[in-house]
Amino acid sequence: MKVLVAVKRVIDYNVKVRVKSDNSAVDLANVKMAINPFCEIAVEEAVRLKEQGVATEVVAVSVGSDACQEQLRTALALGADRAVLVKTEDGLDSLLVAKLLAKVCEQESPDLAILGKQAIDSDNNQTGQMLAALSDWPQATFASKLVVEGRELLVTREVDGGLETIAVALPAVVTTDLRLNEPRYATLPNIMKAKRKPLDVLDGAALGVDLAPRVKVLKVAAPAARQGGEILDGVDALVDKLRNQAKVI
Amino acid sequence: MSILVIAEHDNKHLKPETARVLSAALAMGDDIHLLVAGHQCQEVIRAATELDGVAKVLVLDEARFAHPLPEGLSQTLVALAPAYSHLVAASSTTGKNLIPRIAALLDVAQISDIVAVESADTFCRPIYAGNAIATVQALDPIKVVTVRPAAFEATGSANSAPVENLAAGQDNSRSRFVSAELTESERPELASARVVVSGGRGLQSGDNFKMLEALADKLGGAIGASRAAVDAGFVPNDWQVGQTGKIVAPDLYIAVGISGAIQHLAGMKDSKVIVAINKDPEAPIFQVADYGLVGDLFELVPELTRKL
Repeated sequence: MKVLVAVKRVIDYNVKVRVKSDNSAVDLANVKMAINPFCEIAVEEAVRLKEQGVATEVVAVSVGSDACQEQLRTALALGADRAVLVKTEDGLDSLLVAKLLAKVCEQESPDLAILGKQAIDSDNNQTGQMLAALSDWPQATFASKLVVEGRELLVTREVDGGLETIAVALPAVVTTDLRLNEPRYATLPNIMKAKRKPLDVLDGAALGVDLAPRVKVLKVAAPAARQGGEILDGVDALVDKLRNQAKVI
Repeated sequence: MSILVIAEHDNKHLKPETARVLSAALAMGDDIHLLVAGHQCQEVIRAATELDGVAKVLVLDEARFAHPLPEGLSQTLVALAPAYSHLVAASSTTGKNLIPRIAALLDVAQISDIVAVESADTFCRPIYAGNAIATVQALDPIKVVTVRPAAFEATGSANSAPVENLAAGQDNSRSRFVSAELTESERPELASARVVVSGGRGLQSGDNFKMLEALADKLGGAIGASRAAVDAGFVPNDWQVGQTGKIVAPDLYIAVGISGAIQHLAGMKDSKVIVAINKDPEAPIFQVADYGLVGDLFELVPELTRKL
């Protein structure tokens, strides 16, 4: 079966972000970028399916500017067979990304699309569900375990209160939770090999999707800073503060 | 136009998140319909009719909604939605799973996890793990929104709204519920608890969490954990507080043996009072903590429990 994996280029998760002084956005100039951690888990899962002999081909897809090719090369180095960049401006609304991915799914007709559950920049947690809706496929979100049984997929999901297992018919969309797997590191020989793997570029504007934004960002501001607190010299002082100053116990 | 709010429940109890989501919806407009999709959930419906601000409780009662899957439920909701200006749900795992599917079927954008309502179409939401707050305007005719419950106060419950039963229509989805494994707990739910005691890698083992449980029980609180503690297998993953776990904003948050990574702070830094207990005085958690104790948690936590 053919597996499509969507990857997003985002600010590295260790970077402390700064809001621009004109409050228009977060400052991304000269900041370290990386594959979104949840997307990395999605790539790893697809590659594992290939190693198990379940998947025959893994196609990595990204939507955004030319710079996203870097993250697609990383996905290729981790074991994806080929890559597709849908070239658009960066930072499209989730709905538009889902529509573009749905177009790619129409062209590629994968049996399974794996996405991260959320991107750590926009924190939306929408694209996988929207892609499933637009393709009229079932969805298994926040997956922590995935078992392929014929044309059905058994997925254990992380839900409030515990775990839930559902079965979805293929083709389907799965979004990954952190617990699904531990992504591997790309080795130097694999990074070199990835440079020769095919990477196609599609013009996003030519795919027949209206790319006008549906959400207008009016302002991006830093959150209210917390007052630096005090280090107390013992449990008695803490109990006293909680009781008499903060009055929370 | 009316606002449709989706009730959060487990077929037995209406979850406290619902009353908080209602407050957010009331800031967007009035004439609120509260939808309960479930099966044989009389107690949930009764509690739903009592919530202030609800004009009508809509009930979808079918066996398949005992464990509602988004494929079937979204079909039903998409048919209802054009009569509403807003579709609002909690940003719980249920809401996050269902709502984007409905938004895409309606061909409208969705605004996730809002923490404030500026006007009927303008909302504030955290991005980059809570390190920036974006004010966004939804340009589509139907506003589809999920709400961070911890950011809103619950409405009261002195109402008696009428109930209307709805027909669910056909279901031709290709997914089915298999089983659930829920964590049993007598303690208050993490997302709505007034006090949360959380442990991290510093606890060293799952057994040591008993120490935190004693403290939480004394305070009537819930137990949380950092990703490190969950990944190490100390506690189940639905205890995780952070960008990828639960977002909490209790009156009192006690972080024990947690360094305070960006990812964890995203889930708790709106707590009213934060206490950190850590042996490393340089730990970033102390930069957000109102009160800190530097020392061995294995001595400090039992002492604190004893003295409360």
